[in-house]
Amino acid sequence: MKNVRVLGRTPYWVLTGGLAILFLYPMIWTAVSSVSPQPGSAQVDGFGLGNYETLLHYQAGLGHYLANSLVITLVAVVTTLVAATFGGYAFARFRFPGKDALFLLVLSILMVPYATLLVPLVIWLKDIGLNNSLVGVGLVLAVFQLPFAMFMMRISFESVPREMEEAALVDGCGSFGALRRVLLPAVKPGLITIGLFAFLAAWNDFMVPLYLVGGENQPLPLALVNMRQQVMGVIDYGATQAGVVVLTIPCILLFLVLQRHYVNGFMSGALKG
Amino acid sequence: MTTVTTRPPDAGTAPPPPRRRRGNRSHGPLLGWLYASPTAVLVAVLFVVPLVLVVIMSASDWSLLAGNDGTNFPANYTEVLAHRMFWPSVVFTLKYTVIATVLLIGLGLGLALLVQESSRWSGVLRTSFLLPTALGLASASLLFYALYSPQVGPISDFLARFGIGNGSVNVLGTADGALWGTVILIVWRFAGFYMLLLLVGLQGIGQEVYESARMDGANTWQVFRKITLPLLKPSLALATILCVTGSLLAFDQFYILTKGGPDGSTMTVVQLVYNLAFESKRDLGMAAALSVLVLLALVVINVVQLKALRRSPDE
Repeated sequence: MKNVRVLGRTPYWVLTGGLAILFLYPMIWTAVSSVSPQPGSAQVDGFGLGNYETLLHYQAGLGHYLANSLVITLVAVVTTLVAATFGGYAFARFRFPGKDALFLLVLSILMVPYATLLVPLVIWLKDIGLNNSLVGVGLVLAVFQLPFAMFMMRISFESVPREMEEAALVDGCGSFGALRRVLLPAVKPGLITIGLFAFLAAWNDFMVPLYLVGGENQPLPLALVNMRQQVMGVIDYGATQAGVVVLTIPCILLFLVLQRHYVNGFMSGALKG
Repeated sequence: MTTVTTRPPDAGTAPPPPRRRRGNRSHGPLLGWLYASPTAVLVAVLFVVPLVLVVIMSASDWSLLAGNDGTNFPANYTEVLAHRMFWPSVVFTLKYTVIATVLLIGLGLGLALLVQESSRWSGVLRTSFLLPTALGLASASLLFYALYSPQVGPISDFLARFGIGNGSVNVLGTADGALWGTVILIVWRFAGFYMLLLLVGLQGIGQEVYESARMDGANTWQVFRKITLPLLKPSLALATILCVTGSLLAFDQFYILTKGGPDGSTMTVVQLVYNLAFESKRDLGMAAALSVLVLLALVVINVVQLKALRRSPDE
């Protein structure tokens, strides 16, 4: 009986296993070819890190572009976390005039695509002194994270029993003290989720920096795309692949470590609709 | 320091009315606004102002290099509508959206059905299908750019085995190749996302419904048609909205893989916005006008889709 079931499941295993290999193949191929010999790259014979060497010294240098990516990501993540913590607390626990209007305004960001706001932002950021600025890119990316982050933190705060913070208030905490000591630990899973989403979005974003920064201020994805386009005719695929690997490793690691939060984030996003 | 601020400072002089309803003591409107202020400032400065500005720019003679040269409404709009790439880009974007949505929802559902049972093996499968969603779209596009390259990529060698080309096929070199090459990239990158979304929906369907259908003698196909699909409708509708909206705004993948080529055959509307602003015309006014049109189209499409979504669970 059991053997029959195993036999019946074989096509399922072949199909799903084959699909899994198809999904993993492009990433494995890139990782392997980035250290393999190939014509037109710095790694012509034998396996080695020649392509990474090229990338290290490409124009302003890999370290410089990575640092740019890091600044943009840090600004986006911190801004998202701060705004969503305080904002989520305000929306969950306070009554104030204009509250509903503000919440609707935040949700309406979902309706407005990057493409609509980037053209005016090219002009407007110049006016407010954020021309070609990493901080500007980080802040813009944070704004696009707000709808999900605010929604997530509002429900996170609402799911904490009021009694918990009331006890803290009675014990003499101010509302900020209650937020810091009692509520923040309780909403930590929500914070990790929105932090992870903000990280992945900011680290990987291409379009916002394409419009808003250039030259020395390019983050790694933009620099990699420009590296491909500037060397007309001869494309150094090896260095490009090395760049993709460098860009991808932190995302894959973070994804694997925080997979539970990633999946939960999707679920609360899905329940919203 | 914060511990004492909750007591009203004038508590000793005038006895306040005994309104000690919950939350009233420290949760006043002013404090609420204070906590909401970082959000309010971000939204006002980086969302509301640019939104107003894009409308103003769309009605102004605004070039990338010379700046604002006064109002010229409706010149930008008429010029955009008359631009030789406007209708081709609209048609291409719609065509791409239909293809991507049908494939992604179909495959997402297929994958979700394949991995819906919980076991160690299905966990491994889910992770494999989900892993590409951790990559940025730009990294994924660069990855596929190399994958398709006749010099280093395996795809053209693979095609040669089936008698297509001699190992030097440039997949992105023809209009059809560029479209389908991009679609394959998108399916790889996003199928796991839609799988997860639909998996959540599948797991929301109670086991009893399936059991009673089985007792009534329904076969697998009937169960799928009569039970799974109708109960999954809200999840499918949400997935469709996300997919349609995302595809209509396609940019990164086409900018990186094809730059709208060959011969403008893969020019999406958002790619056209970029080209008008920074490449062919350097006309920010025209780019703003097209941006406004994109926004209006998107709002209309979203409202129509949301209405359909709202109605579907009651039917």
